[in-house]
Amino acid sequence: MQTSTYTHAVNRMLDIEDLHVNIGDKEVLHGINLHIDAGETHVLMGPNGSGKTTLLMTLMGFSNYTITKGKITFNGEDVTAMHADERAKRGMGMLFQRPPTISGLKLGKLLNAISRNSSNDIPELAKSVHMAAFLERDINKGFSGGEIKRSEVLQLMIQDPNFVMLDEPESGVDLENISLIGKAIGSLLEKEKRIVKRAKSGLVITHTGFILDYLDADKGHVMCDGMIKCHGNPREILKDIKLRGYKECLECRQN
Amino acid sequence: MSSELNAPGISNEDKERLVQSGIELSMENRCGSYLQMNQDVIHAECNEEGIEVLSYKQAMEKYDWLQEYNWKAVSKDKDEITKYVAGQKDPKGYVIIAHKGTSNILPIQACLYLGRETIQHVHNIIIAEEGAELHIISGCTSGGHVGPGAAHYGVSEFYIKKNAKISFTMIHTWTENIEVYPRSASIVEENGAFISNYVCMQPVKKVQMYPTATLNGENSVARFSTITIASPTSYFDVGSRAILHGKGSSAELIARAITKGGTIISRGQIIGETSGTRGHLECKGLILKDGTIYAIPEIDGRVVGTELSHEAAIGKLAQEEIEYLMSRGLSEDEATATIIRGFLDVKISGLPEVLQKQIDATIDVAEKAGF
Repeated sequence: MQTSTYTHAVNRMLDIEDLHVNIGDKEVLHGINLHIDAGETHVLMGPNGSGKTTLLMTLMGFSNYTITKGKITFNGEDVTAMHADERAKRGMGMLFQRPPTISGLKLGKLLNAISRNSSNDIPELAKSVHMAAFLERDINKGFSGGEIKRSEVLQLMIQDPNFVMLDEPESGVDLENISLIGKAIGSLLEKEKRIVKRAKSGLVITHTGFILDYLDADKGHVMCDGMIKCHGNPREILKDIKLRGYKECLECRQN
Repeated sequence: MSSELNAPGISNEDKERLVQSGIELSMENRCGSYLQMNQDVIHAECNEEGIEVLSYKQAMEKYDWLQEYNWKAVSKDKDEITKYVAGQKDPKGYVIIAHKGTSNILPIQACLYLGRETIQHVHNIIIAEEGAELHIISGCTSGGHVGPGAAHYGVSEFYIKKNAKISFTMIHTWTENIEVYPRSASIVEENGAFISNYVCMQPVKKVQMYPTATLNGENSVARFSTITIASPTSYFDVGSRAILHGKGSSAELIARAITKGGTIISRGQIIGETSGTRGHLECKGLILKDGTIYAIPEIDGRVVGTELSHEAAIGKLAQEEIEYLMSRGLSEDEATATIIRGFLDVKISGLPEVLQKQIDATIDVAEKAGF
């Protein structure tokens, strides 16, 4: 814990230091440094294949992503060697862009398993994201883009993580659903609370920036070729990319 | 509702296995019972009006016409097993008759308990007369102490008349020294339906069976669901066969096979003999530990206008799926069991809720033990 010049105490939630990650024999992340304080939402942008999803999957603890160097500290605890379930129990959670289909596993049953003994009103929560009719369906089987995202958000509402990673929450979602999903995600990140009261943090991958209307992101980062190349105001970065594309981004071009 | 079933000489541990096989000693949610221990018929009765549960011997004495059904669906000379059963001077087993238009929603339970190193033989005849609907749960189990040499030979003949329906749910909870040789066949008439479910989640030495449904009647239907888990010492050679003979008849054969080191030969055959028939065969296998799943799906079409398909797949648990659930806070073991449970989730249409629940409960017991 550190005290800053702000009027409230700032807790460092996530520290990523010099993170190198391999998929198989190939290094795909080359020394990532990133720091996220409690209550902050950061945005991750960058061209396809730049390593954004890889970073999120690595942070969540997926075994395909081998950390060869560096360290991940979450709420002061070194989680670098932990499995996904241990990280989830410590408050990390993720909205997947393309979650797997699991035959025979009903969404409702999974929600019960996630909820454990907590007193979540699952039918009511499902209703709030228009998923009540899906509780008896196999998870993600035949779900549309928007249904997948609503199912992911619903799972996170019950999991209630302190640190939420969102991998393109708006992809494949129509305009009507974006508002629904955006509001639900905003609520996951306690955006309805005043800044000083917010304790939850987020890291969001977005290409379009539509989701930013609901998130009030604090900081933006641009990834290129497995490295974070620049930081800044997320809206300004987005505007710049929309105007000139990633190729024109000076930092990316240097590589 | 009749009083509690008395099963003399069965230990509490073995009673637990009876419960796992779907046998309710309290008779709750059951309308009738047949209980055979080794070669002794302990109990045979049914409270549902118009439905009779008799021992084979009683039934043959009571109804001369039963001869028309005796060894007609299954041939005496089929193999060594049928010859052995046919050669018995004192045949055992049960006869269940649902007379015209009767039905039971609460199933009849048939319990076959093998308590010593012997060959238990049964010959069962099950008849649903015109318009009748009959639901049976057959729980087969053996004493935990039973050593090598114990075997179960069971011949079952099913006759489903016009507009009638039989569902037969068989749950096996044997022990690892037992060999099991069911020999069963069903004959289905016009608009009749035969639903067969087989679940075996516990170790057994060997099970070999290949029940056949002959769909003679127009628009008759057969549906077989088979769920097996092979522990390292278990050997299953199981399957099901449907012969689509009547115009518009159809069949669906579904199998889920999991090996933890044992062998499962999963057979299936649909023969399309008549135009306007349809059949689908599906076998999904999951190899958790090195073992064998050998799927042999056969579809045999013989005329224009029969439509047959099959689908077979063998695979492993997907790491991606396990870690997806782990990222939601489930432990690796919980995630694995949850996915296997999903794999085994076969919903059977036309089955009373109490039987579907029984099947689910049997799988739940295995899930709790981590499969």
